[in-house]
Order: sequence, then structure tokens, then C-alpha cells
Amino acid sequence: MTAKIFSYYPGCTSHSTAIEYIEASLAVIEALGIELRELPDWCCCGAASAHNLSSSLALGLSSYNVAEAQKEGRDLVIPCAGCYGNLAQADYAMRHDAEVRRRLESEFEFSFKDEIRMLSLVDLLAAEELRGEIKALVKKPLDGLKVVCYYGCAIVRPGAVTGVDDCENPRRIDSLVADLGAEVIDWSCKVDCCGGDLGLTDAEKTAELVGRIVDYAEAAGADCLVTSCALCQANVDIRQSRMPILYFTELMAEAFEIGDRARWWKKHFNDPGKLF
Amino acid sequence: MSSPLLEKIITESGQPVNLCYQCRKCSAGCPMVDEFDFPPNMVMRMIQLGLEGELLRSRAIWMCVSCETCGTRCPNQIRIAPVMDVLRAECLKQGIEPADPTTVALHTSFIESIRQFGRVHEATMLLKYKFKSKKFTDDLDVGLKLFLKGKIPIMPKKSRNLSKIKEIFTKAGF
Repeated sequence: MTAKIFSYYPGCTSHSTAIEYIEASLAVIEALGIELRELPDWCCCGAASAHNLSSSLALGLSSYNVAEAQKEGRDLVIPCAGCYGNLAQADYAMRHDAEVRRRLESEFEFSFKDEIRMLSLVDLLAAEELRGEIKALVKKPLDGLKVVCYYGCAIVRPGAVTGVDDCENPRRIDSLVADLGAEVIDWSCKVDCCGGDLGLTDAEKTAELVGRIVDYAEAAGADCLVTSCALCQANVDIRQSRMPILYFTELMAEAFEIGDRARWWKKHFNDPGKLF
Repeated sequence: MSSPLLEKIITESGQPVNLCYQCRKCSAGCPMVDEFDFPPNMVMRMIQLGLEGELLRSRAIWMCVSCETCGTRCPNQIRIAPVMDVLRAECLKQGIEPADPTTVALHTSFIESIRQFGRVHEATMLLKYKFKSKKFTDDLDVGLKLFLKGKIPIMPKKSRNLSKIKEIFTKAGF
């Protein structure tokens, strides 16, 4: 990776439900010598709500942020999987539909250039070029820790938008976590939906979906789940009490021995501290 | 095969719903199918047949979580998630009572928060949702725990460009 400066879209959960994800991610990114510059005027991407009521509102909110990133001229790093999915879809729409692009260029007063990419945190940190640096930063290999990697929906589908390696069996978080020394176990629910969109409105259904995912994680012999999605993490953590679910950057920070991990563990419903 | 509804859905969602030949792969992998009154393959067929009223009154359109599993597996590359978006918007536009008003209460409270602050402020958004849905006691323990863990901030963080955000809402018809 030659360019070490990126634009950064924190997303609304960065100061609320995913606060430990952002703190861990920023610590890891700093350790890797990467600089993030927050988009000055970002707004909410519409999350799971805008598109449920109006596609044009959803596209408007996400495109506004893509336009802000285009003005800054750097690849945009988006840690929240949901935000990433929305912004990547808006970016994709502008790349592939000239009429949509022209309309949004005039609405947000910018000129779309296709050099700038929308990057999930997995895109940034699981890049092949960083593997050596990441391995060199591991101070305490996570020997003996059995992990299943849970990708969920938004960084995976639609594959044409996310550019994922394999929609049914993505492997980038697996490789990264294996580089930290943990034992990564193959399992069946990597890309299954946890029902996060209904997490607030239908607790019973989400508990059923989450229960099934954790059943499979247990059957695989895992000590914990690892994810990059803030909605998956919150949903899976809140709706069961059998095993912890960590953000992949929390696991990196643990292996690098950086950051205030003890404080992050307290933000979880199922304490990951007992694993280390 | 043609119906005014089919033409409208194809135009607005950009999805080739006319190509559906009922392989049912969508319904086989749908995590929410048990909650649907009509499984996704049937929704496709109903669009082809123009059964608009039944679809707009259905629970299926509000139970879809847009996980995109069906769209990823469809042999005809039909993404059903954007189709559901069009059906939901049409339900609201026609003033039809949504089959799941709780979901609409949440999404409405959420976008009102974006309109007000440019970003979501969970505390006021959740309060508004509780009043709209009248589900005052649901998940109070979870909410309290999240608050005590410092995950529901009291003060909102505002975007600096609120006038532009209000403009986006106006352009989308809100």
C-alpha cells in the first residue's frame, strides 16, 4: 500500500453502540502508520431505515457522502459494514448509470472521478500488502484461541458492489485472524443474516436467527465469533449469552498488545476478557 | 407476460422481475421466510400477475431485511431487496395501512433523527420510536444496559451541513 493517507467516514455508531470498534480500529490503524482524515461534513448514510421508506432518500444521503469524499480526492475508509454497504452502492450506481451520475453531480456540485474507492475496514486491513507488517506487530500470538469469522451481509452482498472474494465463502478476515496466531475454524454461517435490521422491532425473531448462528459456532468448537459489522456485533452480543463476539480489530489490538482493551471488554454484553 | 405493476417495478427497481421462472432458490435461502405471508418466489409471481393490492397489504414486504441472499443466488440476477423497497414506498404512497406498523414507526423515527441532526441520535430516536409504536416496555433492560455501558450518548452529534441534508429530504419528497 503506497498511499498511507485515507479519508475516513466514522458513521453514527462510532460514538455510540460501536465505540469499542472505532477505538480498537483507530489504535490498529495508527500502529500500522496509516493516517485517516475524517470527512468534515459527513452525514448519516440512511442506515437500514432510509431505503425502507424511500430509495431516493437513501441514494441522496449516501451519495452526499460519496461526493464529499470525491471532493477530498482520497480513498474513503468506512469501518461500519452497514455504512460501507450504503456508500458502496451509491458509488456503484454513479459508476454504472450515467444519468444517475449526472443528476447527483449537479445536486452535490462535484465531478465524479473513478479513481476513488470506497473501502471497508476489511478491504483496508486484510490487504495482501499489509500482511508482513501485521505479522511483525504481533507481540502476543493468540495461540489456542478458536475463532469463527462471521462476515454477515453488508461487506459481502451484492458481490458486484463489494468486490468480495467469494459471496458464499469469503476468506479475508479468516486469513487476517490466522496471521494473529488464532486457530480459525471453518463453519457454515459465515454469511448468514443475523436479522439485525429487525433487532429493535422483533427481538424474538432476531434471537432465533442469532441462536442458530451461535449453535453452529458452538458445534464448530469456537470460543468466540469475530466480525467487522457493528449491527451484527450488537445483535449477536445482545440476543444470546453463550459466547463473546469481538470486532476483528479488537483481536488485532489484543495480539499487538495495544489500546485500552480492558475498557473495551466492558462494553460487551458477553465479556471477551476471559478468553485472553 | 405483462402488467402495469410489473412494468412499474422493472422501471423503478431496475430488476428483471419478468425473468423469474419459479426455481424458488430465493425462498430456500431466505432467513425471514417463516415470517412472510408470501415467500419471495411468490412475491415475484404476484408482481408478474399484477396483484398489487395483495402485495401492498402483505407482511412480506416489511419483513424483508435486505440481506441480499436471494439476489446473490438468483439464476436470473434478480435482486429482490430493491424490489421490496419499491413495494414498501408504494404502500406508503398509496396510504395503505402497513402490515407491520412497528417497523414503519422505527424507520420513520430514524430518518426524522437524521433530518434533525444530520446524524442519528439514538436516545431521542428510541424515545420517539417508543411513542410511535407504543411498545414502551420492550427491551427496557437492554436499553438500560447499553446506556450504562456508555453506548447511548445523551448529547447529539450534529452534522455541520444541516441545510444541505434538509434539501436532500425535500428532494426525496419528505
